[in-house]
Amino acid sequence: MRTTESLPELQRKACRLRQHIIRMVGVGKAGHIGGSCSCADLVAALYFRVMQVDPAQPDKPGRDRFILSKGHAALALYAALAERGFFPVAELDRLKQLGAMLQGHPDRLRTPGVEANTGSLGQGLSIANGMALAARLDGSDGRMYVILGDGEINEGQVWEAAMFAAFHRLDHVIAILDRNGLQAMGPTKTRLDTEPLSEKWRAFGWFVIEINGHDFGQILNAFNQAKAHRGSPTLILAHTVKGKGISFAENNGAFHNGIMNQEQFNLANRELEAALDGLQDQP
Amino acid sequence: MTEAQPNRVTYGSTLVELGHRNPRIVVLDADVPKSTNTCQFQQAFPDRFFNCGVAEQNMICVAAGLAASGKIAFASTFAVFASMRACEQIRTSVAYPRLNVKIVATNAGLDNAGDGVTHQGIEDLAIMRSIPNLTVLSPSDPVTTRKAVLAVAQQDGPIYMRLGRNLSPLLHNENVDFQIGRMIRLREGTDLTIIATGNMAHAAVTAAKALSEQGIQARVLDCHTIKPIDREAILAAANETMGIVTAEDHSIIGGLGSAVCEALSECCPALVRRVGLKDCFASSGRDYRKLLAYFQMDATAIQAEAEALMQSRRAVKVPSMLTECPAI
Repeated sequence: MRTTESLPELQRKACRLRQHIIRMVGVGKAGHIGGSCSCADLVAALYFRVMQVDPAQPDKPGRDRFILSKGHAALALYAALAERGFFPVAELDRLKQLGAMLQGHPDRLRTPGVEANTGSLGQGLSIANGMALAARLDGSDGRMYVILGDGEINEGQVWEAAMFAAFHRLDHVIAILDRNGLQAMGPTKTRLDTEPLSEKWRAFGWFVIEINGHDFGQILNAFNQAKAHRGSPTLILAHTVKGKGISFAENNGAFHNGIMNQEQFNLANRELEAALDGLQDQP
Repeated sequence: MTEAQPNRVTYGSTLVELGHRNPRIVVLDADVPKSTNTCQFQQAFPDRFFNCGVAEQNMICVAAGLAASGKIAFASTFAVFASMRACEQIRTSVAYPRLNVKIVATNAGLDNAGDGVTHQGIEDLAIMRSIPNLTVLSPSDPVTTRKAVLAVAQQDGPIYMRLGRNLSPLLHNENVDFQIGRMIRLREGTDLTIIATGNMAHAAVTAAKALSEQGIQARVLDCHTIKPIDREAILAAANETMGIVTAEDHSIIGGLGSAVCEALSECCPALVRRVGLKDCFASSGRDYRKLLAYFQMDATAIQAEAEALMQSRRAVKVPSMLTECPAI
């Protein structure tokens, strides 16, 4: 079963996701490389180890659900859905094309496996709350996993949703904050600084786990803790690197929605190829 | 047997009726359940009722999540907050993915007279009408309100419905044929047509009776569906009568009057005079009916517009519209 893959296998999957991300963006076109790569390991862990989903039955009742609230990182989601078999990998090459199933931001009506139409920041956690209420009414054990951006949490609705989830003790809501420290126009600290994050989410009634969002051991451990936790929602505060895995994009605000030239595109592919090679020998 | 009562009260009792019939019905409210009357459902089905607090944006997206999991989610608050505070949530999280969320907003128009401008939803029809995938309803009386609530629960997909808070007299009998998108003829007439929605349908009937005494026979149409608009009934009115007066407790910009003019100007240009709030904010008033009269949105105003329309048709020229907003 694919959901029991080893850590090196998960690392290889994450590398594959990043390769798809780079290929989807291509040369000379803007694409959200930074935020897609910062959450790629988290998305890989969810789709290839943590979540109970069935590509043959994307609407299966009682399934776990993933909501990419920071919808601009759609490339990471699309790559994972394709690799997991929700649609052919070839669809990735038609991203944003007229008539294609893959929109600039996720659309649940067009794309199998997409659970919510995100992209307008701040709405995903609320949607997950509704899904968790429905699961509770139905006696289902499905979990709602939500990735939030650290720029996204500037939005007031996130905090409405945070209060709501805690008030209703929605322990099946598991949010992951992709804390890469950069938002579209620069460092989060110099815009609307949301620190202290851990204390804030605790004060809002959440169980908080702080991890390195690129360490699969820590990621899986956090998800296990979150699933076992009862009585309140969980926030996994995942410290990440924007553009992770692509040297020139790492911690580089220009690649929030950046354009690669041919040289950069080639370099990114070589780096990911080398990273995959390095993982081949591991069990 | 349905009685004269505020449409919001009918909404509450119909929700309970639906709740007994269908376990998929859930109801959300932004902490005004006594005003919206969702409190009736709250009492009957506490497990399926969610008071979301004064947080409308979260409420709409919670409703979207419930609907995405197979529930039929009714979400209620005042029209001004549903359509404006949570506007983008309705657009992106509900209408775009065509989720089965029913936004039922009360305190439509000036009918929250005392609370004044902050609580008067005068733009909701204009805003909601422009959002794709959204059906927009504005029933007039208790009979059609009940039928509308039952109909939207049956119809898969997002809807916005506005309801009044004040007493609604009965306009229709129980056997009335209510279909989403089809106007209901309240009165026959061949001289001119009054197309009214929501609370104004009653005023339209009153105006038509007064006009009849002067020998003017006005057709009255109850336009309970603002989108999709009943083009057939509008074109028939334009072809068969001398002109149209629209009446709505809403801004004259973007609502029923605009929808009627849009339909006509493409196929069958006709003289239209719009009764509604004339591009101004209203004010507080202790009495809803007096407030409507002050802003020229009552039966007398409809009658005056109808008379002006008939006169201008006789003179074969179009007079300038009354567009001055009365000073407070």
